[in-house]
Amino acid sequence: MQIVVDLNRCQGYAQCVFLAPQVFELHGEEALLYVPAVPDGQDEHVLRASAACPVQAITVGEQAGGDAGVE
Amino acid sequence: MSSETRDGRRDGRIVIVGASLAGLRAAETLRDEGFEGELTLVGDEPRLPYDRPPLSKQVLLGKAGAEDCGLPGRRALDARWRLGVSATGLDPAGKSVVLADGERLPFDRLLIATGTRARPWPVPGEAALEGVFTVRTSDDADRLATALDAGPRRVLVIGAGFTGSEVASACRERGLEVTVAERGRAPLIGALGGTVGDWATKLQRAHGVDLRCGVTVTALKGSGGRLTGAEFSDGSRLEADVAVVCLGAVRNTEWLADSGLAAGPRGVACDAGCRVFTMYGIVTDDVFVAGDVARFPHPLFEYQLIALEHWGNAVAQAEVAAHNMVSPGPLRRPHLAVPSFWSSQFGLSVKSVGVPTFSDQVVIAQGSPEDRRLVAVYGYRGRITAAVTVNRAKWLEHYQRLIETAAPFPPGPGAADRLADLEPVPSDVPDPRVLTHGPTVALTGHLPDRRLTLIRPGG
Ligand SMILES: Cc1cc2nc3c(=O)[nH]c(=O)nc-3n(C[C@H](O)[C@H](O)[C@H](O)COP(=O)(O)OP(=O)(O)OC[C@H]3O[C@@H](n4cnc5c(N)ncnc54)[C@H](O)[C@@H]3O)c2cc1C
Ligand code: SF4
Repeated sequence: MQIVVDLNRCQGYAQCVFLAPQVFELHGEEALLYVPAVPDGQDEHVLRASAACPVQAITVGEQAGGDAGVE
Repeated sequence: MSSETRDGRRDGRIVIVGASLAGLRAAETLRDEGFEGELTLVGDEPRLPYDRPPLSKQVLLGKAGAEDCGLPGRRALDARWRLGVSATGLDPAGKSVVLADGERLPFDRLLIATGTRARPWPVPGEAALEGVFTVRTSDDADRLATALDAGPRRVLVIGAGFTGSEVASACRERGLEVTVAERGRAPLIGALGGTVGDWATKLQRAHGVDLRCGVTVTALKGSGGRLTGAEFSDGSRLEADVAVVCLGAVRNTEWLADSGLAAGPRGVACDAGCRVFTMYGIVTDDVFVAGDVARFPHPLFEYQLIALEHWGNAVAQAEVAAHNMVSPGPLRRPHLAVPSFWSSQFGLSVKSVGVPTFSDQVVIAQGSPEDRRLVAVYGYRGRITAAVTVNRAKWLEHYQRLIETAAPFPPGPGAADRLADLEPVPSDVPDPRVLTHGPTVALTGHLPDRRLTLIRPGG
């Protein structure tokens, strides 16, 4: 599972940090850092974080194109 | 030949060249909007789409691996992926893309999303020294992170734009000595102007960066194929075992040289609906462009063609281009999103809306040059054109509204604004030629193509 955060939208509300602290981290007051490849066992936490983000900045999904036969 | 259906343009063959952020989001939007035909994505990198912003942030900080930055898909695509092969030409009359392995991909509609690449160090022999890096691709970032892990005695960053500043920030956070060399007067000056640039100067120095502005690196020195240091235009020398070349980006348009399209070093010119112009300034209806490689007219910025190296622009423009590729004329949309950008460096979130370089004046509405927070508002001929915040992101929406409504500049004080200092000063946007780093927003005027000279009558 991969994530990407639209940091233009993110306002550093930190809900995601509370819900999945192994994946999201605030660097200083407002700069969000996250692990793009969700570590094992964190899927549930990440889905909850994504749903809780007040500005819907977090996209969660499988690696794009991962399902296709890549030439 | 054409297999367009009456209700729109839902079938046929669409080829997307460039399989990164813009290419991917366009492909997903095409399917979302009901495109049922053949979809092919061509990318010269051997990888599935990945996200670049973490490469100079999480990856250099050692918080994520370079190979872990893959982009999540928003939906299933049912597409053919041709990865690890570049497009080498476009035959607009025969409507096909030519690939490096000789394959010809016929299309009904084409999307150009070939983005940019890192501008290399200009002396190939020096660029090839072990220890000299750029940061654009996943492999670049992987190699640089490995070099930083080895604990170099000093890192030299050449160019203090966003990428260079983020690299310097990561080095300091790792406790590495770092020197930043910038030909302009201050870091970030090309994107944010001199007033905010001066603030960035203080920030970098406060974090222990050996910042040298107003100088250029004249030579990289090596011994036994390894970098040992650099020489500067002021005659000084520096020992360094890693150099990171952050000279800005080069647009990937060479493959379009003989296509007859308005494609050149400044990008691929298009109309507000992402339709590409020919070199004669005539709009095509089957070739579209999106992302870092596009130059498009924006009404908020006097319809000048602007090129933005911004993540948000790549996504928004890809969505508009894809929508227009499958929509009949009256249902098409213009790409009018207000540009926005973020960076994080030295533990701060730096964000902008609008185009700060499209300005003549700036006011510091909140914070002061000493603070670790700031709101700077930019104006051009009496209206607001941009705002930059540092750790004050929640204010951007407010200023975005003012930009969209062409509100007067200087702004009336907002609730949290400091009244005393709303004194506009020149925004001090330099001529891009005096910079080491390229600006991340290029205002490129009205000329659609480098090969034509347009003579405008005076007055
Ligand atoms: C280190 C770094 C940090 C960044 N940080 C930020 C940030 O903090 N905030 C922000 O807003 N933006 C940031 N950006 C910018 C953002 O990543 C870009 O705006 C975005 O990647 C643009 O997407 P794109 O798809 O248009 O182009 P690209 O991502 O450049 O993709 C173009 C793709 O096309 C391929 N290609 C090129 N030529 C050909 C050819 N002839 N045939 C086939 N394929 C070809 C390329 O190899 C590439 O894979 C950063 C960029 C970098 C490099
Ligand atoms: S919850 Fe959303 S807005 Fe808040 S820090 Fe996380 S991503 Fe940003």
